[in-house]
Amino acid sequence: MQVPAYVEYERATSVDHALTLLARFGPEARILAGGHSLIPMMKLRLAQPETLVDINDLDDLSYLTVTDGELRIGAMTRHAQLLDSALAGEHFAILHDAERVIADPVVRLWGTVGGSLCQADPSEDLSAAFAALKAVMVIQNLEGSRTVPARDFHTGPYETVVAPGELLTQIRIPIVPGGGSAYEKVGRRAGDWPIGAAGAAIWLDGDTVARAGVGLTAVGAEHFCSAPAEDFLCGAPATPQTFARAGQIAAEHCRPVSDQRGPADYKRHLAGELTTRALLRALARVRAHAPAAAD
Amino acid sequence: MRITVNVNGTEYSRVIEPRLLLIHFIRDDLGLTGSHWGCDTSNCGACIVWLDEQPVKSCTVLAPMADGRRIMTVEGLARGGRLDPVQQGFARCHGLQCGFCTPGMMLTARWLLDHNPDPTEAQIREAISGQLCRCTGYENIVRSVRWAADHEAAVSADTAGQAGGTRARPR
Repeated sequence: MQVPAYVEYERATSVDHALTLLARFGPEARILAGGHSLIPMMKLRLAQPETLVDINDLDDLSYLTVTDGELRIGAMTRHAQLLDSALAGEHFAILHDAERVIADPVVRLWGTVGGSLCQADPSEDLSAAFAALKAVMVIQNLEGSRTVPARDFHTGPYETVVAPGELLTQIRIPIVPGGGSAYEKVGRRAGDWPIGAAGAAIWLDGDTVARAGVGLTAVGAEHFCSAPAEDFLCGAPATPQTFARAGQIAAEHCRPVSDQRGPADYKRHLAGELTTRALLRALARVRAHAPAAAD
Repeated sequence: MRITVNVNGTEYSRVIEPRLLLIHFIRDDLGLTGSHWGCDTSNCGACIVWLDEQPVKSCTVLAPMADGRRIMTVEGLARGGRLDPVQQGFARCHGLQCGFCTPGMMLTARWLLDHNPDPTEAQIREAISGQLCRCTGYENIVRSVRWAADHEAAVSADTAGQAGGTRARPR
């Protein structure tokens, strides 16, 4: 039987209340969002917070809107809400691709977008999707708020820049017209963490890649992305050959480790192949949404 | 700490340690053993109950998170002495053998049909994809849920006529 260590429990009624509670209980307090990563960690005693600050009542952190040219996702948005959001799917198909393969439908009803990011599991799916989309995280404390690029958000496995006394409140994704995105994941079974996964977002100028984002997870990619593959893509023709080479570059620059999910060389193979597939699917989506060429 | 929950329409108030998991609170503190404690790792779904309006794996919820909220367990599915259409489907289509996964399967099926009254086989399989059954190979579970979908109106009308109630939502 798995039982968490003794812990105190507080329920926050507002963002300010949550921040006040975090300040009062100090660095050994942890935010409890959906709990579907934190509670299993507590049961295994891999996490032993002294106090939990439950923010499940903070409905004002649960939303998806388009504001000032950005898709804004409240940190307490449940995975199921993101998957059901036509607004999110319309702008960033990669988010629906990823959500469809995160855990299972019942877990997705409770697990939250912000909770997944702050848990910072090195195999987490949305971290790669948000890295590909070059999202920006909004972090709040009692003094105010600050923004951090998705690629600077994680400082290591299970570690983020969110300091004691702070709360991730929002994820912002700039909406740039003319783009397409996709996510490709290989797992051992339905609902599992990935053996490897890749996300891609591209924008075209004619038949040339004008802008690209490549996200990777579970394969030891620094900041959940592949900057070298992105550099190669920008300015290159949007062709299967280009995408195959970008996949090779992504594979060369990640550092997967062998574990129960698979050997390192297989994960490296996945990093490359899934990057290529995600790019191809992203391209198909750009073309599907592009107005017919006037010729 | 003291928590108060409404389980299947009945209020319960208990003093607990905050680290108590909801499944153990329901089974050991309240004595409602219809919900099963299975894998303990949120994989199998045997412990699924409804928290407010949604199914949740109760081995991955702390009891204090349920304070002030409503819970429905398998004991609350039947209303007015009549089985829920989902329960009738499992009985008619042999949707269980050992029965360990059954409470969770039925509670997820109820939620699915409330949101999608006419699910395809693929949608049923997706809905229960976070739950494990080691007996049926899932075939008869899928048939049971489909039976419930096909007979929902008839069974519900029958129940309404008899008991004055309709769906088994916790109130």
